[in-house]
Amino acid sequence: MNKEVAIIGVGWSGFHPSTPEVSYKELMYAAAVRAYADAGVDPRRDIESFVTVAEDFIEGTSIFDEYVPDQLGAALKSVHTITGDGLHGLATAYMLIRTGVFDVVAVEGHSKASNIQTLDSIVGHAQDPVLNRPLRLNTHFVAGLEMQRYLHDSGSSLEQCAAVVVKNRHNALKNPLASYSANLTAEDVMQGPPLAWPLGRLETATPVDGSVVIVLASGRKAAELSDNPVWIAGMGWCNGSASLESREWSTLPYVEKAAQMAYRQAGIGDPWDEVDFAEIDDTYAYKELQSLEALGICAFGEAGELLMQGAFDPYGEFPVNASGGSLGVGHLLDATGLHRALEAVLQLRGEAGAHQIEDVHTGLVQSWRGVPTTSAAVAIFDNQEG
Amino acid sequence: MTSRINHFPGTSLNEQDFADGKVLFVHDALKAEYAWDTGIAIGTYLAGLKRGVILGAHCRHCRKTVVPPRTVCEWCFRPMSEYIPLQDTGTVNTFSLCYVTWDVRRIKEPEIPAVITLDGASQLGPASLFMGGIMHKLGEVNPEQVHIGMRVKAVWKPEKEREGAITDILYFKPLPKEEA
Ligand SMILES: [Zn+2]
Repeated sequence: MNKEVAIIGVGWSGFHPSTPEVSYKELMYAAAVRAYADAGVDPRRDIESFVTVAEDFIEGTSIFDEYVPDQLGAALKSVHTITGDGLHGLATAYMLIRTGVFDVVAVEGHSKASNIQTLDSIVGHAQDPVLNRPLRLNTHFVAGLEMQRYLHDSGSSLEQCAAVVVKNRHNALKNPLASYSANLTAEDVMQGPPLAWPLGRLETATPVDGSVVIVLASGRKAAELSDNPVWIAGMGWCNGSASLESREWSTLPYVEKAAQMAYRQAGIGDPWDEVDFAEIDDTYAYKELQSLEALGICAFGEAGELLMQGAFDPYGEFPVNASGGSLGVGHLLDATGLHRALEAVLQLRGEAGAHQIEDVHTGLVQSWRGVPTTSAAVAIFDNQEG
Repeated sequence: MTSRINHFPGTSLNEQDFADGKVLFVHDALKAEYAWDTGIAIGTYLAGLKRGVILGAHCRHCRKTVVPPRTVCEWCFRPMSEYIPLQDTGTVNTFSLCYVTWDVRRIKEPEIPAVITLDGASQLGPASLFMGGIMHKLGEVNPEQVHIGMRVKAVWKPEKEREGAITDILYFKPLPKEEA
């Protein structure tokens, strides 16, 4: 097992639909203070490099990396911001440590979604400006197209997609970080307003504000600093075709490739047998089923049926999004991957509280950058107790 | 064109070709609206400006004061919760004479951005190491006479017109010699 890099501290703040009492800098600071206390490090003395994830259009500030150092304790230190999901940030920090140059690195991601008055318009600008944008379609249409073809090819049903929402928002009832916990029926979900049919509004995660900070350390340093390190056993990331015209619509080859890269590093042959739980993409309900299949946790077309049998429940054979996922907790924009990593770390430390899964050693985390992208990342974490 | 090539083959385009629709191009405007939460530190600062007060935050540990205030000290990472009212007079730390505007128009009379070290350091005692400056503009001044070390004072908007914004200060103008 890979024992090169460990997560030694996690911190978070916010996780509310709006956070008017703090600026984004104060939100970041609150998460950073917690993560550093959890890791037992002083950022000014101990943390050698900082990675943040942010998208300028989302922040409303060009060259946003300029605004991150102070509140992370990173002033006059090695800092950079990448425009990627939190797991891309985690992979970057992992690689920084693997260079041998840095022993302790912090990663930050946040969402101040409540401050963005025109989120749909900004996401719209992710569409190709010449070929797709002139059609003037709300970008959720990409999810509608994908869900349609996925259901057609996989045989998964609308009821099964609705059941993902029921499961995740119900799981969220036990997670104090969750903003959208609820007891719903599949009927409630399917009777919600349509968004991009067959996709319904209630099958779409709602944004929340929040910040997550994760502290990583080299194996040597982790042994020195931490009693409960969570090891990064493998990480992979991959992008598919940006082209709406020619992409694969029913399967997620980029998720598959990202997973294979992570499994190879972690020495995992069969994730169903060798992984204990997963926190994965559920930005749209059908994505959870489609991602489970791409991750090789089950075969294409099987996820819906397994879900209905309870296999992915918190007490099932392979718990998926026991935290409530993005549907239950809320979607943290670029910080979403870090939210899933946070939940996995808490599970592997036995600190997940009311939604703790029994006897877990290896966890899988996966994220997707949302419509219209084909950008995914996968991480495998291990507490080395197995 | 390069130093070796002064004419490329082909037909060059001019602006009229775009206006005439001879060239395929797409015009799009980004609708990007934000309502940034000011939070604790900047919210307090802006509320101070509305009352005609410039607040800084002081870190006892680092003996530094910054304008505007923050909730965390960038040097020691301790919380910064001690807010100090500063004078609205100060000294020009650095300045520039700008002949191109925000919306890219050339102007004859320059705009004069300046960082001004505000008075108030004396409250912090002789041990004070650093005094943050406010970023603003200078006005009522001959550009040729602006210099580093120039003593200046804030010109405020009338109280009724202030809205809790950095523009509640219109600009800083030179202090008369007897007050400087
Ligand atoms: Zn300090």
